[in-house]
Amino acid sequence: MTHNQDKVIGTGSIILIILMALAVPVAGWRYFNGLGSITNLSDAYPWGFWISFDLFCGVALAAGAFVVAAVVDIFGGKTMKPLLRPAILTGFLGYILVGTALMVDLGQYHRIWYLTWSWNLHSPLFEVGWCVMMYLTVLALEFAPVVLEKFKLEVPLKILKRVSIVLIIAGITLSTMHQSSLGTMLLIMQDKLHPLWHTQILPILFLNTAIAVGIAMVIFESTITMKVFGRPAETAAQGKLAKGLPWVLGIYFIIRIADIAFNGRIGLIFDGSRESLWFWIEMIIGVIIPFFYFLSSKVRSSTPAMFKGALMVMAGVMFNRFIVSWLGIRFPEGSSYVPHIMEIMISAGVVSGGIMAFYLLSRFFPVLSEEH
Amino acid sequence: MFKNSSFLIDITKCIGCRSCQVACKRWNQLEAEKTHNTGGHQNPPLLSAHTWTLIRFKEFEKKEKLHWCFTKVGCMHCEQPACASVCPVGAFTKTETGAVVYNDKVCIGCRYCMIACPFRIPTYEWKKAFPFVKKCTFCFDRQTEGTRPACASACPTGAIAFGTRTEMAKKAHELLKNNPEKYNPHLYGEKEVGGTAVMYLAPKGVEFKELGLPELAERPLPTWTWNALRFVPSQIVVVSAAMAFFYWLTKRKTKKKDVNKEVRHDA
Ligand code: SF4
Ligand code: SF4
Ligand code: SF4
Repeated sequence: MTHNQDKVIGTGSIILIILMALAVPVAGWRYFNGLGSITNLSDAYPWGFWISFDLFCGVALAAGAFVVAAVVDIFGGKTMKPLLRPAILTGFLGYILVGTALMVDLGQYHRIWYLTWSWNLHSPLFEVGWCVMMYLTVLALEFAPVVLEKFKLEVPLKILKRVSIVLIIAGITLSTMHQSSLGTMLLIMQDKLHPLWHTQILPILFLNTAIAVGIAMVIFESTITMKVFGRPAETAAQGKLAKGLPWVLGIYFIIRIADIAFNGRIGLIFDGSRESLWFWIEMIIGVIIPFFYFLSSKVRSSTPAMFKGALMVMAGVMFNRFIVSWLGIRFPEGSSYVPHIMEIMISAGVVSGGIMAFYLLSRFFPVLSEEH
Repeated sequence: MFKNSSFLIDITKCIGCRSCQVACKRWNQLEAEKTHNTGGHQNPPLLSAHTWTLIRFKEFEKKEKLHWCFTKVGCMHCEQPACASVCPVGAFTKTETGAVVYNDKVCIGCRYCMIACPFRIPTYEWKKAFPFVKKCTFCFDRQTEGTRPACASACPTGAIAFGTRTEMAKKAHELLKNNPEKYNPHLYGEKEVGGTAVMYLAPKGVEFKELGLPELAERPLPTWTWNALRFVPSQIVVVSAAMAFFYWLTKRKTKKKDVNKEVRHDA
C-alpha cells in the first residue's frame, strides 16, 4: 500500500466516522420524541425517504450476493470466484443496514420479532420480513468461513463446507422470493401508483431489475475495493459477469414494453407527462444505454468502463425504486413531503457504517482472496 | 351484538352540525386539537390520531345552484380491507360486527396499512416515542354491547342511518328509486373496492369525487397482492429444484472434464 493511498483512506474514514457519529444523537432524539420530531412524515406521507432509499434501494443493491453465488456455485462460473466473497459481504452488510434503518423507521421497532408468531400470510410484507430474516442467517453462515479461516477453526469449517450447497440454494430461493415480493407490496396501491408502474407483473420486474443492479453493484464494489486496497483490478472476472447484463437488461426491456402494450398503456409513455419523462429517463439511462454499452467486448475488458456502465444501471434501478415507492404514488391533494435533513442524516450514518464495516472486515479477514 | 353493521350516510340530510364529530371525540376520549383557521368551516382540516371522523365542508356552484355539502368522513370498514390484508402481523381484523378493528398489542409500526388504505384513513401518533395507528373503530365496543355507534346516535337529522349492510343498501336503492330528482343515482361504497360498510348518497348533480370520495375500481385491492403471493409456494419449489438441477449438471460436467484431463495425461 502506498503512502498516498493510506492518506486517502484516512480522510475517507474520518468522514465516515463523522457521518456515523452524527446519526447517533438524531436516532436518540427520535427514540424519545417520536418520528415526527426528526422526519417530515405525516398521515399523508406515512412512508418517505427511508422506505425508498434504505429499504427498496438497499435490498435491490444487496442482490449481488445471490446473483454471484448462483453464477459461481450453481452454474460453475469459476473465473468469477474472486468476486464471490466481497459480494456476499456486501449483501450481508446491506441487509444489516436495511435492518438497522428499520430500527429507526418502525414505530414499534422492539416488536420486529412479532413477525415470528403473529402471522398474516396475505401480507407481502410478512413474506419479505421472513425471507429477509432467514436470508440474513444464510448470509451470515455463507460469510462465516471467512472468519473461521482466519482463526483456523477446522471443525466448524468442515461442517459448513458440507452444507454449503444447501445454504447457497436456500439463499437463492429466499432472494428471488423477497426481491419479487417487494414488488408485490406495491401492488396494493392500484388506486395510487401511476399506471405506467402498477402492473400485476411488478414482482417479476422487481426480480429482473434486482438481478441487473446486483451485477452492477458487484462491479461497482469490486472496482472500488481493489483500488482502495491497492490490488490489481479483477477485470477478467468483472467482464465475465458483465456479459450477463445485456441479457438481463434486454429481457427487462422486452417484458416492460410488452406489458405496457398488453395493458393498453403505450399512449402513456408518449403523452409528454412528467411520468412519461421519468419512464424514458429510467429506460434510457438504466437500460438502453447500458445494454449496448455492455455488449461491447472493449467495455468488458476495461474496469473503468464497466464501472461507468454499472453506475448507469444503479442509477436507473434506484430511480425506478424511488418512483414506485414514492414519486409515482398519488398522495392526498394539498399534502407535500420533502425529506427532513435528519432523515438523510440517519441514512447517511447507516450507509457509512456499512462501508466502514466492509473496509475493516476486508482488511483483517481473507475476504478479497481465499486463504493465504 | 350487532352483525354486519353498516352506515348509510345521506349527504342531502346532513346539516353540518358536527354532533357526530364531537360525539366520537367524547366517546373515545380523544384529545382536543389545536387547530388554525383554514378559511373554511372545516375544523380540524384533516383526520388525525385525535380526530377519527370529521365533516368535510364543500361549497360549489352548479347550474347556478349553490351546493353546500357536508360529508362525514372516516373509516369505510371495507368488506375486503386493504389495511387488514397488508398488515404483516395481522393487526387489523374485519369482525363479525362489520367493524375493521386494530389490535395495538401486535402492531410493529410499519405504516403499510396507512399507505395501502384507498381512503387514506389510518393515522399515526407522530409525536409519541412508541406510536400506534388510530382510526374509527365503528364503535366496536358499543356494538358488541348492542349500542349504536356514538356518532350515529348523536346525529339529529338521521343523516347517519345505522343497520345491517343489506338493509342499508335496500334502503338506499328505495330512496334512489323514489327520489330520482333529489339524488345522484350512484350508491357510493356499494361496489367500490369490493364494497364498504359505510355507504354514501349524494345530492343530484354532485359527483362523489367532488366531495373528496375517491373514484375507485370495483376490484378489491387485496386481490392484486394475493394474485402474486399465491405463487410463492410454487416459486419456492421451482427455484430450489432448478438450482439443484443446474448444480448437479455443473458437477457432472466438471467431473467429465477432469476425467478427460486424466485420460489425456495418461496418453
Ligand atoms: S377504509 Fe381504510 S382503514 Fe378503513 S377498513 Fe378500509 S382499508 Fe381499512
Ligand atoms: S403499522 Fe401496525 S397495523 Fe399498520 S400495517 Fe404496520 S404493523 Fe400493521
Ligand atoms: S363509529 Fe364510533 S369511532 Fe367511528 S366515527 Fe362514529 S363514533 Fe367515532
